[in-house]
Amino acid sequence: MNTSARQFKEQATLLTQDLRHRQLIQTAIGKYEVVRDRVRSRYQDWNAARQAAAEIKWEAVNHLDEHLTRFATQLEARGAKVHWASTGAQAREIITNLLREKQARSIIKSKAMTSEEIHLNAALEQAGFEVVESDLGEFIVQLRKEPPYHIVFPAMHLTRHQISELFTRELGSAPTADPEELTLIARRVLRQKYVRADVGFTGANFAIAETGMISITENEGNARLTAALPQVMVTLLGIEKILPRLEDLALFLPMLATVGAGQGLTCYNSFYGGPRRPGEPDGPEEYHVVLLDNRRTELLADAEQRDSLHCIRCGGCLNVCPIYRNVGGHSYGTTYSGPVGSVITPHLRGLLEWKHLSYASSLCGACTDICPVKIDLHHHLLQNRRNASASKPSRLERLAFKVFAYVINRPGCYALVKKVGRMAQRLHPLVKGSRLDPAYAWTKTRDLPPIAKQTFKEYWSSRK
Amino acid sequence: MTEREKILGRIREALSVAAPRPGGAHAESTPAAASVMAQSSTPRSWLPKVGEGYAERLELFRQQSSDLKTELRVVASTGGFRDELRRLRESDGWKKIGAHAGTLVKGAIADLGLPVCWTDSGYKVEELENCDAGITECDALVAQTGSVLITSRSAGGRALSVLPPHHVVLARRSQLLADLPEAFALIRQRYGTDYPSFISFVTGPSRTGDIERILVLGAHGPRKLTILLSEE
Repeated sequence: MNTSARQFKEQATLLTQDLRHRQLIQTAIGKYEVVRDRVRSRYQDWNAARQAAAEIKWEAVNHLDEHLTRFATQLEARGAKVHWASTGAQAREIITNLLREKQARSIIKSKAMTSEEIHLNAALEQAGFEVVESDLGEFIVQLRKEPPYHIVFPAMHLTRHQISELFTRELGSAPTADPEELTLIARRVLRQKYVRADVGFTGANFAIAETGMISITENEGNARLTAALPQVMVTLLGIEKILPRLEDLALFLPMLATVGAGQGLTCYNSFYGGPRRPGEPDGPEEYHVVLLDNRRTELLADAEQRDSLHCIRCGGCLNVCPIYRNVGGHSYGTTYSGPVGSVITPHLRGLLEWKHLSYASSLCGACTDICPVKIDLHHHLLQNRRNASASKPSRLERLAFKVFAYVINRPGCYALVKKVGRMAQRLHPLVKGSRLDPAYAWTKTRDLPPIAKQTFKEYWSSRK
Repeated sequence: MTEREKILGRIREALSVAAPRPGGAHAESTPAAASVMAQSSTPRSWLPKVGEGYAERLELFRQQSSDLKTELRVVASTGGFRDELRRLRESDGWKKIGAHAGTLVKGAIADLGLPVCWTDSGYKVEELENCDAGITECDALVAQTGSVLITSRSAGGRALSVLPPHHVVLARRSQLLADLPEAFALIRQRYGTDYPSFISFVTGPSRTGDIERILVLGAHGPRKLTILLSEE
């Protein structure tokens, strides 16, 4: 077992036993589920909307070269600068050089999973810049020096008491158990950072090819301030964020809000198409957009799983996943957790190192059902299992299937095995849960249902 | 070869193998989206329903506003804006406001008797931040979602509507649209040849649920959103 797999297993084992943690997650997701279902029930035809969204993303991703070119051309026509980065290292270098060139000192950031993906904060801090996350949840996890727990709700795993202690320790504020008070503390601290920041950094939820705009979905207003106050604005986004037309947002914005947060529309959905225009009173003088590949083109090359690039990062599949809800976001050890993270991480970071995530699933298909762009998530997990075992077959597994095939093809032999199995099961309690048990890995936490006293065939022939 | 060419090259190579259409084996028979999205009537039949006529739209907008904790005040004419602003000045103890030189805004704040930070030709961030409210016009209101559509051109820039703790929107009856497809059609019709650098749908006052999923208003943006709608 490799390091990532071992860590996943250890963390998952710890957290599934942590009842307090599970309770916290169940409560948070429980609240979300109620509002999500209420908002979704208002749609006249949710499934038709999903199918249309899937087809629009299909069109975008399957003509990605044309749309990206158009996006860049349109943005540049309005005075923005578009940068292209094949790897995370290149993106970090582009951004660091830009900040140096601008003689920037402090950077205010609004939430961007792509920046987590390329570990941007660490690189910028190492280069001597002050980087402050402005989304409340991201601000909290940044103070705790840990990655976001969830792609939409970064601090879902923390109680208000933990956050109060954190603020007291890191910001010197008085302890309080009032979420409103805590929010105010963060607001006050961050306002000062906004006024001083030289550069505003954002991610993007969508990139509109036709008009050359990025779209940011948020609730707090931190991204709006990030895009309004500093003199330089930088946006980092994955190349798959493309939508062909501006009107597509009439569908994607409400669907993202519905599945992502249980809202009809989030508080602010803002489109930015360049630096301040002539006649406009504010906004950055310079606007830079960094387009990131970072092995997305490898995922694109896998036609079978290409639709996983349709993902709009709503986090819906995390919320419904029985595995995520029990092992939590940090156990995965990946930027993108939950079902979609388990599907794409092996492509982005190496199949053999991350194939264990393909088994972090009950294959119940809840992820596929909730996905607003109809990504066939649970089948992709199976395909990753198949691909992993084809590239590095397990000898034990092969042997097991050979034995199984031998037995099942010989009715007499199969009947005998059943009889022996039934007798052996009576002796099983003697070794169950101990190392002597040949099925220890399975039986240490599970019961095997008793084999029926009579097979169906035996019952059928005896019933006359 | 530039990185741009390398990335586009990798994309083209990857796309040389076709991917199955979405929905897979269980695909429902829906016409191709490209043709569907061209006419804005189809997404309309999937999204939440909006009634016909002004009265029904207003009722829905009122309901949405109440759910979102937006304060909606309907006044008989644009003259009513003045009374409402005076009321807010008194109840909230306004000392200073931010505004832009729109026709509705200028008329509404003329006799308010408060110092004004005008954003139209640049302003000091500290000054705008110390305003008690930002008063703006808008491009449209959207009944379906309870949203206000603003742009850097219609609402005095990017910050006026988000930096002060209270955002007050002035709107007319004719600006109340049914749904998002209609709002996007308006954006294209009004700005299609020259888009403002900032366009935003504002849906309720700023909020967060990042601490135990408990709703808190006024995370970074305004804690209060007031919409004054003139029926004139």
